[in-house]
Amino acid sequence: MKIINFDHFAATKMRQEVKDAMEPYFMSEYGNPQSIHTLGDEPREALSKARLQAAELLNASSNEVIFTGSGSESNNLAIKGTAFAKMDKGKHIVVSKIEHFSVLNSVKSLAKLGFEFTEVPVDKYGSVDPQEVKNALRKDTILVSIGQASNEIGTIQDIKEISKVVHENSAAYMHTDANTSCGFTETDVKELGVDMLSAAPHRFYGPKGVGLFYLKKGIRIMPLIDGGIQEFGRRAGTENVPAIAGAGAACELAKKELKDRILHLLPIQKAIKDGVLNSLDEVYLNGHPEKRLPNNLNFVVKYIEGESMLMWLNNNGIMVASGSACTSKILKSSHVLNAIGVDAALAQGSLLISLGEDNTLEDAEYFVKELPAVVEKLRKMSPLYEEVMKANKK
Amino acid sequence: MPVYSEKVMDHFQNPRNVGEIENADGVGELGNPTCGDIMKIYIKVKDDKIEDVKFKTFGCGAAIATSSMVTELVKGKTLEEAEKISNEAVAEALDGLPPVKMHCSNLAADALHLAIEDYKARKEGKGPIGRVETPEHDEDEHDLLEQA
Repeated sequence: MKIINFDHFAATKMRQEVKDAMEPYFMSEYGNPQSIHTLGDEPREALSKARLQAAELLNASSNEVIFTGSGSESNNLAIKGTAFAKMDKGKHIVVSKIEHFSVLNSVKSLAKLGFEFTEVPVDKYGSVDPQEVKNALRKDTILVSIGQASNEIGTIQDIKEISKVVHENSAAYMHTDANTSCGFTETDVKELGVDMLSAAPHRFYGPKGVGLFYLKKGIRIMPLIDGGIQEFGRRAGTENVPAIAGAGAACELAKKELKDRILHLLPIQKAIKDGVLNSLDEVYLNGHPEKRLPNNLNFVVKYIEGESMLMWLNNNGIMVASGSACTSKILKSSHVLNAIGVDAALAQGSLLISLGEDNTLEDAEYFVKELPAVVEKLRKMSPLYEEVMKANKK
Repeated sequence: MPVYSEKVMDHFQNPRNVGEIENADGVGELGNPTCGDIMKIYIKVKDDKIEDVKFKTFGCGAAIATSSMVTELVKGKTLEEAEKISNEAVAEALDGLPPVKMHCSNLAADALHLAIEDYKARKEGKGPIGRVETPEHDEDEHDLLEQA
């Protein structure tokens, strides 16, 4: 059976070019980039090349790019690194209600150490109103962290405007979590006006185990991992050279192919959206209708539960995700759906699709053809659906 | 390694005894849509035996599989025998469930016991009991992670 990956937010297949870029540093050029002797030469060259490739994707300078271990680590570094460096200036951080857990749990950890945070609300599309960010700013606000796009509902924020508001009205740093958006929308740090940005190469055909962190020149953070002088002293530990080389290659491809990638994804996204909304009753699209990533769709299918939908689709070779409580591992339905006003019971029917370069229009057609039977099967055994049907008859 | 056992997958994909019983003698409906699981079990009782049993479930793979399994386990059994079947026994009959599912989605035996309770209540003119809401999981994600 053909496997259709509609869950690219979980994993993308590395590109051959990425693998090729990594290959030399496992065995033949295994040296430590910090070595002064010859074994360090090639790995050092690899780091410097990758840093340049990443810098070009983000429109930054090479010395503003730090490689971390993951997108989550980059978010932790932005938030905790700022908090620890600026605690003499203030203890208040602003985030939105729909941030990734690596942001929300970072501020919650800091709250246990005496920091304070404000979660700004979002509207029904998941958009952050820059005015709300302005209202949340305090004299002691040291950081604002708002994701460029939601990893669940795909809504893209006006980071440029939010950065402007933050910088005009406070001394706080502005960070954006671009772990979901980088590689699928423009992430020009100068255009966005941010001081820090996180990106995750494994989301755009790079390797796992490496994250990108943009730190604008002059911005002061404290490292989370102390040790040697690697990564300009901001992230100690011997560098993961193969992964970093792969991340660099993925960044170069992303820069070169971004426009084509978007053009490839948009018709597939539209075919799925139209197909699902037209072929099923009581199904809703979450997130912004236009200002959204080209590779994400999030539906709520009423009266059934997401994990059982996911499992039936999996049976048909289609891999999707869900924001239902049962799929969450912590048994709570999506905080993002909750924040945009989706009723907790309805959020159980969440269906999360994330597309990638291996998807085709045929995949979309196959999915649209298979989904109604899955939904019907599950609704037939749903006591909630039974109630509604009986109420409708009366 | 798959998340679910082969038996769970079998009962999820080929659920036994799905449906409702018109004029059932007892109905047990248990769960909370906020948590993602509602199980509704219908029983037909004759001579203190479960003559027929059907279910409808809104929930995850484990919720559907445990509902299916419990109906299979109790069909033809006496009420006394059925009352002794525990959630754990249902999970065991399915070759186990992932730990996270043991509490949230493993309510099928409870729903069955509720159906029996409902049957007895009706006989005494005190039923039907109606849906019983299970409590929500209201722990903070962050605290849960810390405990783990």
